[in-house]
Amino acid sequence: MYRCDRQNTRPATGCRDGHAGSCDDDRCDSRGDDRIILHADMNCFYAAVECFRRPELRSRPVVVGGHEELRHGIVLAKNLLAKAAGIKTGDTLWTARRKCPGLVTLPPDYRLYMRYSREARAIYYDYTDRVEPFGPDEAWLDVTGSAGLFGGHAYAGRMIAREISERIKAELGVTVSIGVSWNKIFAKFGSDYKKPDAITPITRENYRDLVWRAPAGDLLYVGRATRRKLARAGILTIGDIATAPAGMLRGMLGKMGSILHGFARGEDATPVRVLDADSSTVDYAVKSVGNGLTAPHDLHDAREVRLLLYLLAESVAQRLRELRLRARGIAVTVRNGDLEWYERQAQLRLPTLLTGELADGAWNLVAANEGFDSDPDRRLQGTRAIRSLGLRAINLQPMSVATQTDLFCDEERRIRTERLEFVVDQARRRFGNTSLRRACELGDAQMSNVDIKRDNVVHPVGFFQS
Amino acid sequence: MMRGVAGRVKRYVQVASVTSVEGAVTPTDVFWDEGKRYHIDRVLDRRPAASLKVGGKGMRYLVEIAGRQSYLYYEGPAWFVEEIVRNAPVYATPPL
Ligand SMILES: [Mg+2]
Repeated sequence: MYRCDRQNTRPATGCRDGHAGSCDDDRCDSRGDDRIILHADMNCFYAAVECFRRPELRSRPVVVGGHEELRHGIVLAKNLLAKAAGIKTGDTLWTARRKCPGLVTLPPDYRLYMRYSREARAIYYDYTDRVEPFGPDEAWLDVTGSAGLFGGHAYAGRMIAREISERIKAELGVTVSIGVSWNKIFAKFGSDYKKPDAITPITRENYRDLVWRAPAGDLLYVGRATRRKLARAGILTIGDIATAPAGMLRGMLGKMGSILHGFARGEDATPVRVLDADSSTVDYAVKSVGNGLTAPHDLHDAREVRLLLYLLAESVAQRLRELRLRARGIAVTVRNGDLEWYERQAQLRLPTLLTGELADGAWNLVAANEGFDSDPDRRLQGTRAIRSLGLRAINLQPMSVATQTDLFCDEERRIRTERLEFVVDQARRRFGNTSLRRACELGDAQMSNVDIKRDNVVHPVGFFQS
Repeated sequence: MMRGVAGRVKRYVQVASVTSVEGAVTPTDVFWDEGKRYHIDRVLDRRPAASLKVGGKGMRYLVEIAGRQSYLYYEGPAWFVEEIVRNAPVYATPPL
């Protein structure tokens, strides 16, 4: 294993091997305060899994394609032999077969792929808790904190990459390409640079050669439309984007122009988001979980409002528990008429995924903004009625993040309730949503027949928001 | 693909095992064909692994039976071995 030879000089800044200033050794992964980010991408994912479990297919061109019965089935994944025949992801199966007689087409087995996806992630988690999946077959890993375990020198990044790559091959029977860099964008570029089964470090010394010479479209988030706009201005490579005047890019592409400019220059500082390892979904990028409902009749009665909030809270909390997220805040939308509506937000005292705590938080917000009479059974003052209600859990954090409790709550009871609610969810998944109901739902015949969609809206977060 | 040489196929087998209090599973016997029982003398290694030869993966045990070593895989609910068969197709081992 190569080590920098100037290891003993130890300036305040420099590469991880202690090189003063900017290290010109291109085998160095990073500078002193740089992060070490890996992007791992399983090659030809679905097709690779199929070829692994059926060895007889490995010598044949194979594609995995969806909805054959609809006649519009398209290629979701292809192995290298199918790729060599000119088949592209997104081709119709009909086109693919014409390009490649003797093609083996398989229907997707998503459960199997998701299992592989989880197993690969389990391997990543052996090296860091900072794992951010990007689709089922890709993930970013921030291994900066693990560098010390690998000698702490410049090659920790690629040593970890090598070990992960070998383990995925030995334990799962498929291959990965891994990019190693100091930012997410270049790490992603590195994993795309050479496939399959490759490791590509993008360093401060080689990025001008590797990244800047590549076509602009190879940069993450440069789509076809953006690429065309750039090409019209003579910007053809990633290097062109990096060296173009920032103002010109902003003029052409707006805010995205500045962002791409930074990406191309390796200035992307977005963190690898920490997400819960046990979550049930692959796409963790959830910003808020919400649900809304128009009441069967306009609501005047505080009790009805509370009940509706409870139903909403239950559906939202159930989704939170499924995603293994806790909410630190809550937002309520109240619509009184066609044009008359408002949203109010509040922080919760403790991060929670409990139905009752979300419902109470929501009720406090509504009660503070609507003039209910002091007697909770009383009707809303005046003629204002509530037509519909929405509830969103916001400021989410993974369950695995430790939370600070306080002296004024019964934490033991909260933990017990949490466990109970997980069990209730399980029962509902097996026996249906109406198999277990809250007593409060049963009081009002009309209200309890309200159809709360338990599989509610999840708003995925964009890449730049965090 | 070649034919005529000895190759390997995935063969599911009946296995007896012991599960420890901590949940660790150790196979003790492999049953073969009708009633033939092979006692596992030692488990030499245990690790998650994939068998490229026959296309299966799981916890791989390196076991010693009557002085000979062999791999035994625990895959989900069932166990399999890489059975050697004459005239079996031999597939390219690299995936894809
Ligand atoms: Mg991939």
